[in-house]
Amino acid sequence: MLDVVNEDLIREGKEPIAFDHDCREGICGMCSAVINGVPHGGFERTTVCQLHMRKFKDGDTLYIEPWRARAFPILRDLVVDRGTLDRLIQAGGYISCHTGGVPDGNALPISKGGADYAMDAAQCIGCGACVAACPNGAAMLFVGAKVAHLAVLPQGQVEAPERVAEMIQAMRDCGFGNCSNHYECEAVCPKGISVKFIAKLNREFLKALILAKTGPFKSSD
Amino acid sequence: MQILMNSVVRKTLMSLTGIAMLAFTTVHLLGNTLVFNGPDDINAYSAGLHYLPTLLWAVRIGLAGALAVHIFFGLMLTLENWRTKPHKYAVKRMLKASFAGETMIWTGLLTLAFLVFHLLHFSFRLVPGSVPAPDFQGRFDIFSMVRDSFRSGPISLGYLVAMAILALHLSHGIQGILQTVGLNNEMSMPWVRRLGKGSALFFFVGYGVIPLLVLAGVGVFAG
Repeated sequence: MLDVVNEDLIREGKEPIAFDHDCREGICGMCSAVINGVPHGGFERTTVCQLHMRKFKDGDTLYIEPWRARAFPILRDLVVDRGTLDRLIQAGGYISCHTGGVPDGNALPISKGGADYAMDAAQCIGCGACVAACPNGAAMLFVGAKVAHLAVLPQGQVEAPERVAEMIQAMRDCGFGNCSNHYECEAVCPKGISVKFIAKLNREFLKALILAKTGPFKSSD
Repeated sequence: MQILMNSVVRKTLMSLTGIAMLAFTTVHLLGNTLVFNGPDDINAYSAGLHYLPTLLWAVRIGLAGALAVHIFFGLMLTLENWRTKPHKYAVKRMLKASFAGETMIWTGLLTLAFLVFHLLHFSFRLVPGSVPAPDFQGRFDIFSMVRDSFRSGPISLGYLVAMAILALHLSHGIQGILQTVGLNNEMSMPWVRRLGKGSALFFFVGYGVIPLLVLAGVGVFAG
């Protein structure tokens, strides 16, 4: 729809509307627009690029806005800078050793439940709709999904305490807000990521704190 | 104190202080039920509490501390959160957020205002007309104080409204406590929501029934 609008604008000699997009098949997380007050439009597990005009009636009014949050400065029209999500990942959303090539099947013991849980969390495409929807501009679902995904897999467990502490600190440094359990993030997530991962994030951090693996009482071992 | 800048630490402190006040709210409600037995039990209970001044003051100071921490971090977090959205959406539609959740800061502040009034009313007894004559054993007559106060329509209505506001605060707060301290998962999530709403209703009915029965003038409140 925006392509058609832009083609008309170009034909009229006007500036087209700048908007982000890439795969156009709902998997890359580039598209980002708040449609009628809901990030990605509010249709279950649907990104903007997969939100087709047949979902609307002829003559409907559409309000299209960019993601709005302090952590996502607007670059132009509907394009925002989501570099802060990259900074969150850089703060600890990775495994810092080489894990080698694809291991042989069943070479590492990972339970089916654990693998499913990690995969559910790893579905995040990093679009930032959770932050856009959150009244507090918090990135807890994004960080929770990453922390949970890595904390249940053997490769990620070693650095779990440092990861969760660093990522929470980075949220503050990047200007994201604090979660107040409205769960708007879960409602708009195009991948259906559950707020159970936020509880997991809180649990992982408190566990690290209690076991003195982070914070002011951190033990040296 | 870098650790106190941590978002999860702050919210956990809010949860723990919330639990302390919730425990008090429960004990207070249990104490209130004695009023249904007539003057003797509740007046004896009130006098009994003052036989243990050390414990009483330890609990009072502990609760005042919990309240101060809860208010301090509640205000800090709310003010921080307001600054994270410098530009508002022209159109915003919420899908899951509840009225109770969105009004936490206001229901919290109104509950604080009620708490100040309630202490002035029944603890410091500075509200005119709230000091009755001692009962037949010479104890402070809590029963008559409560009954006579709630016979005033505006006072009863004020207490009922305050309890509705407290119930709104608790319905979101109780759910939030479990989520914040990490005691929540996919299976427990619907039960946690029901627990929040159910306990809020329980507290509203439990506290609200006293002014209603006094106004209706039934049972021990007759005559």
